[in-house]
Amino acid sequence: MMLNMVQALNQAMHQEMERDPSVLVLGEDIGVDGGVFRLTEGLLEKFGKERVIDTPLAESAIVGASIGMAAAGLRPIAEIQFMGFIYLAMNQLISHAARLRNRSRGRFTVPIVIRTPYGAGVKALEHHSESSESLFCQIPGLKVVVPSTPYDAKGLLIASIRDDDPVIFLEPTKLYRAGRQEVPEEPYEVPLGRAKTVREGEGVTIVAWGAMIPVVEQAAEMVARDGIFPEVIDLRTLAPLDRESVLESVKRTGRLLIVHEAPKTCGLGSEIAAFVAEKGMFQLEAPIMRITGQDITVPLAKGEDYYYPSPERVTLGIKKIMES
Amino acid sequence: MTEDMFQVLAENGRVAPEREPKLPSPDLQKLYSLMATTRAADLKALKLQRQGRMGTFAPSLGHEACQVGSAFALQPKDWVFPYFRDLGTYITLGLPLKNYYLYWMGNEEGMRIPAGLNIFTVSVPVGSQLPHAVGCAMALRYRKEEAAVVAYFGDGATSEGDFNEALNFAGVFRTANVFICFNNQYAISTPVRQQTAAKTIAQKAGAFGFDGVRADGNDVLAMYTLAKEALEKARSGGGPTLIEAFTYRMGNHTTSDDASRYRMEAEVRDWSRRDPIERFRLYLKDKGLWDESFEERVQKEAEDLINKAVEEAENTPPPRPEDFFIHTYKEMTPELNDQLAELQDLLKGAPK
Repeated sequence: MMLNMVQALNQAMHQEMERDPSVLVLGEDIGVDGGVFRLTEGLLEKFGKERVIDTPLAESAIVGASIGMAAAGLRPIAEIQFMGFIYLAMNQLISHAARLRNRSRGRFTVPIVIRTPYGAGVKALEHHSESSESLFCQIPGLKVVVPSTPYDAKGLLIASIRDDDPVIFLEPTKLYRAGRQEVPEEPYEVPLGRAKTVREGEGVTIVAWGAMIPVVEQAAEMVARDGIFPEVIDLRTLAPLDRESVLESVKRTGRLLIVHEAPKTCGLGSEIAAFVAEKGMFQLEAPIMRITGQDITVPLAKGEDYYYPSPERVTLGIKKIMES
Repeated sequence: MTEDMFQVLAENGRVAPEREPKLPSPDLQKLYSLMATTRAADLKALKLQRQGRMGTFAPSLGHEACQVGSAFALQPKDWVFPYFRDLGTYITLGLPLKNYYLYWMGNEEGMRIPAGLNIFTVSVPVGSQLPHAVGCAMALRYRKEEAAVVAYFGDGATSEGDFNEALNFAGVFRTANVFICFNNQYAISTPVRQQTAAKTIAQKAGAFGFDGVRADGNDVLAMYTLAKEALEKARSGGGPTLIEAFTYRMGNHTTSDDASRYRMEAEVRDWSRRDPIERFRLYLKDKGLWDESFEERVQKEAEDLINKAVEEAENTPPPRPEDFFIHTYKEMTPELNDQLAELQDLLKGAPK
């Protein structure tokens, strides 16, 4: 079936709720309204308000209640309406969701999924364009997942729901309806913690995720005319990181370019650059390069293009790293 | 004591007969023994801390009635979400005392709550356990289990966002929660009048659309009675209740605190006259359920239990390096494997 990312994610939730009665969804406007992006459409009609819970407007309680549900054996999927509002739930995520397994030495686990739309590129209001993924990648105990295609979205969400640890599932808003792809009708898992090589190439490895994947792919098309064929890796899971795949590729190509839309300083690119420097320094033929959002607040609509990495910017970066 | 506070036993131990719960004599003696054990175990913890055998902890001195009285009304199927001043609650519910000492000695193993006990782990960030309790109650309802879920917290927690978010959820979803606030007059140094302009903590429940009641927190029978009523109401679908236990923190906030910096000795002396154990002893004596030999037996049993627990805790081997790594995720990640190997190599080479 040809589905866009919204439809693929919606199908994943339908199928997992059918399969496992311990799965339920909660969040703001996710029931009657079907979610502000319609991700949860049809769930209320099918599973009833006991399993599709429209909550009061309270992010900390949405995540906190999910943790309590998990303690009692459920596997809730909580929606935070936009990533810009997840900060209100940070204490629950960092102080409890991430640590209960360790604090209780395994007696209590937190098999919850926190879904949230994230990222810029859609000229949205303030707080609606955040990409704060690296905040979560530093928290031991959390997993962070970002799909870039409808196929991966469905498989990664199903894997996240079945995973026994808390997963922050980031959905690139820009890709929600960016295109359709053949998505199998039956449920399937795309394993967490494994990157995917979306384009095989040579001379340079580009590591990216989420909405930067189509940007990088476009750039790769553009430089192909100049005889440059970059290898492109979609991380898909940001924590735990698939270091092995990145290293293997970089050792082969000799160059590393990291592209992310989050601000540069302490963005996940810093960690990727660091471990490649630690483990693959002598295979590098050029300094590692990062193309990222700047260390500024994401601009509103009129200024967003200054911030958001474009295919042209990535193209320039590729040419520069190939020359060095 | 103010009039709007539910009380069964006056400070002199005199009972209000119309409010006296119908508890059989062995239960009354059990309540006494649980409170006495709590106090002895708490004082032992303080000694251990002063001797450097235990780390910082929050003493429960003065909270024996509100902890034991409310926990005594719980059934095994009910759930409890504690905060960090709950020794009497643990003792009443049967968490091995060894676990308590072990955890505050700095070993996570102490918080491995034994299977079958529906007690959640300690929650140090103030008030953050309240949403968990609400989620747990939502889950129990979904699974059609008629059980109640208690959350314990102090007066300081009522200023936190999580208190307000959780109680609001509880009101909206009419969950089977009982929120028990130990209003012990201080959040470290901040007196309750600087925590809220509301006349009582209990009245805050009104804003969330359910009942708030206030008990004399130094009266174990008052605590038992109100908790029992609220728990029965919760289990039978009657919705949540907020119970304010009006009490006093006789000790420091934690062993790192010095309460003499912010409160008057006279105030502490005044409250020491309302001691919860003393009061209950007078009541039992009146009923012929307490005498010197009973007291001796209770103290001896407490001492044996405590000594055994301390011994077990101190004889528990320290955590192995891998314990921290294997409990971070269900499965070790490649990076954690590498980091553990590095640590183990380092330890192997460490000078003895």
